[in-house]
Amino acid sequence: MKVFVCIKQVPDTETKIKIRADGNGIDATGIKWVMNPYDEFAVEEAIKMKESGTASAVTAVGLGPKARVSEALRTALAMGADDAIVIDATEDMDSYATAKALAAAIKAEGDGKFILTGKLAIDDNQAAVSQMIAEFLGLPHATVVSKLEYGDNQVTAEREVEGGTREIVQLTLPAVVGANKGLNAPRYASLPGIMKAKKKQIKEIALSALDSNAGELRVKFQDYQLPPEKPPVKVIQGDAAQTAAQLVKLLREEAKVI
Amino acid sequence: MSIVTVFTEFTNGQLKKGALELLTAARSSGNKVQAIALGSGAGRIADQLAQYGVDEAFLGDNAAFDDYNPEIFAAAVAQILEAQKPAIALASSTMLGRDLFPRVAARLKTGVASDCTELTISGDGVQARRPMYAGKCTAAVVFENSPVKMVLMRPNQLPAGTPEGKKNVVVHQVPTPTLDLKTLVKQIVKGASEKLDLTEANVIVAGGRGMRDAASFKLLHDLAEVIGATVGASRAVVDAGWVPHGMQVGQTGKTVAPTLYIACGISGAIQHLAGMSGSKVIVAINKDASAPIFQKATYGLVGDVFEVLPLLTAEFKKLLH
Ligand SMILES: Cc1cc2nc3c(=O)[nH]c(=O)nc-3n(C[C@H](O)[C@H](O)[C@H](O)COP(=O)(O)OP(=O)(O)OC[C@H]3O[C@@H](n4cnc5c(N)ncnc54)[C@H](O)[C@@H]3O)c2cc1C
Repeated sequence: MKVFVCIKQVPDTETKIKIRADGNGIDATGIKWVMNPYDEFAVEEAIKMKESGTASAVTAVGLGPKARVSEALRTALAMGADDAIVIDATEDMDSYATAKALAAAIKAEGDGKFILTGKLAIDDNQAAVSQMIAEFLGLPHATVVSKLEYGDNQVTAEREVEGGTREIVQLTLPAVVGANKGLNAPRYASLPGIMKAKKKQIKEIALSALDSNAGELRVKFQDYQLPPEKPPVKVIQGDAAQTAAQLVKLLREEAKVI
Repeated sequence: MSIVTVFTEFTNGQLKKGALELLTAARSSGNKVQAIALGSGAGRIADQLAQYGVDEAFLGDNAAFDDYNPEIFAAAVAQILEAQKPAIALASSTMLGRDLFPRVAARLKTGVASDCTELTISGDGVQARRPMYAGKCTAAVVFENSPVKMVLMRPNQLPAGTPEGKKNVVVHQVPTPTLDLKTLVKQIVKGASEKLDLTEANVIVAGGRGMRDAASFKLLHDLAEVIGATVGASRAVVDAGWVPHGMQVGQTGKTVAPTLYIACGISGAIQHLAGMSGSKVIVAINKDASAPIFQKATYGLVGDVFEVLPLLTAEFKKLLH
């Protein structure tokens, strides 16, 4: 069974975000790009499937400006993916257009049986692409998956939902799964892995080659603003008993939240 | 007049607070308001829907909707939206809403914005904003080529109005979709906690490495019990195995937006702040006056959690009981 892993590149969590002069996006200069943390769980899972013989081959698929997205794909190749596909597109693709292009690229490969993604990307936090790929390909999906077991033409997924409740769902293959933390412990790329990755192929696809409406957006994010400055903290002084009493009073009378 | 369709979640015969917030926003827009409610007992909330200004309700009072199966829910919801053609569809940005609506949006070839924190409806237009880059900035949502504008709102962001004088509501039964299912819900393992989930909680008490060990989380549960809070945690204590991952707040945990967030022995790393800086009032209890959490806090208490927490719990008990 061939496995596809979809990968997004996101700004490193420590990166300071600056808003672009036109206000409709962030200033990309100086940003350190990394693989979306949840996608690391997806890549690790795919490689483990190959190591255990469940998967025959692993293809990493990414979308965005090809030069930088290829770096994240190289990381996946260094971790152990067999080959990769980069769909060259602008920065501002929405979930819909992204999922549509990824679905089309995977479909064109013909033999996909299992598709892994992260449960969400930490940049826009939309949590939409995984389910949309499934819909565009007519496949079942499960998101927020922290455990997978592979059976005959089906996969059993454990998803963590509200209040610590877990749902156990069975999907008939082919299927799409969005990985959550806890699914596995992603490996670091080894030095030999990095060397090997240099020789592996990254196939380039132009967005326009997928379908004529491929870049048509549904949602744009505009008018970016920094959050309003918080007033400085009110420090409560005194011994433990005094501070506890004063805090309760402030929460009741000033903040009025209790 | 346009139609606004609200997907309303309910539990134990009551609409969830997030649903009341959405209905309040929908009814104040002056549009025709529709509600969708799926699951056993949906019939019993018809009165409550009417009280919140719903003109037409689509109720699937049927055990087939009790467990969330994305295929069944997507088919039912897409069918209603395709037939009714609302300008706007609203749902809460909960585990269910976030899983379901992107799939429905793809089916309807329309746009969806999840995790929104601001919403105004005027006519058939919506103005919504959402945090981006883990709350480091916010952005306006602009829909294009979208027959139905789908907005998923974080709970606790909009005011929940009060019930109005009872009004008639037209009820339609939602048929169970007949599908060749590729998804089977095998088992639901209930969590230990009967409390509201972190993402919906109005008050959260969270603990970090400063709590020293798993057993000391009892101090947090005691406080939570008194003030009706849900307990959360930093990643450090999740990684240490003191509490399950479902309790983690932050960039790789849950994003929360309660009215009150009490951080106990949490340093305030940027990835933790990413998950909770949307809280209205933040209290930090930490023995290190230079901990970064104090820069985000509304009230700061420099002290030892082991001394302060029992006293705080006792003070609240005096006030509330
Ligand atoms: C990619 C990535 C993603 C991450 N995602 C998350 C995430 O989702 N959520 C998250 O929380 N973290 C996340 N982290 C980890 C984050 O960087 C911090 O390591 C973590 O939040 C620290 O947890 P803490 O505040 O409990 O522990 P510490 O940083 O060790 O802080 C403990 C605090 O307790 C105080 N303290 C100690 N004893 C007492 C006492 N007796 N009384 C009062 N105060 C006391 C100390 O002064 C200190 O400030 C992530 C990191 C990375 C790299």
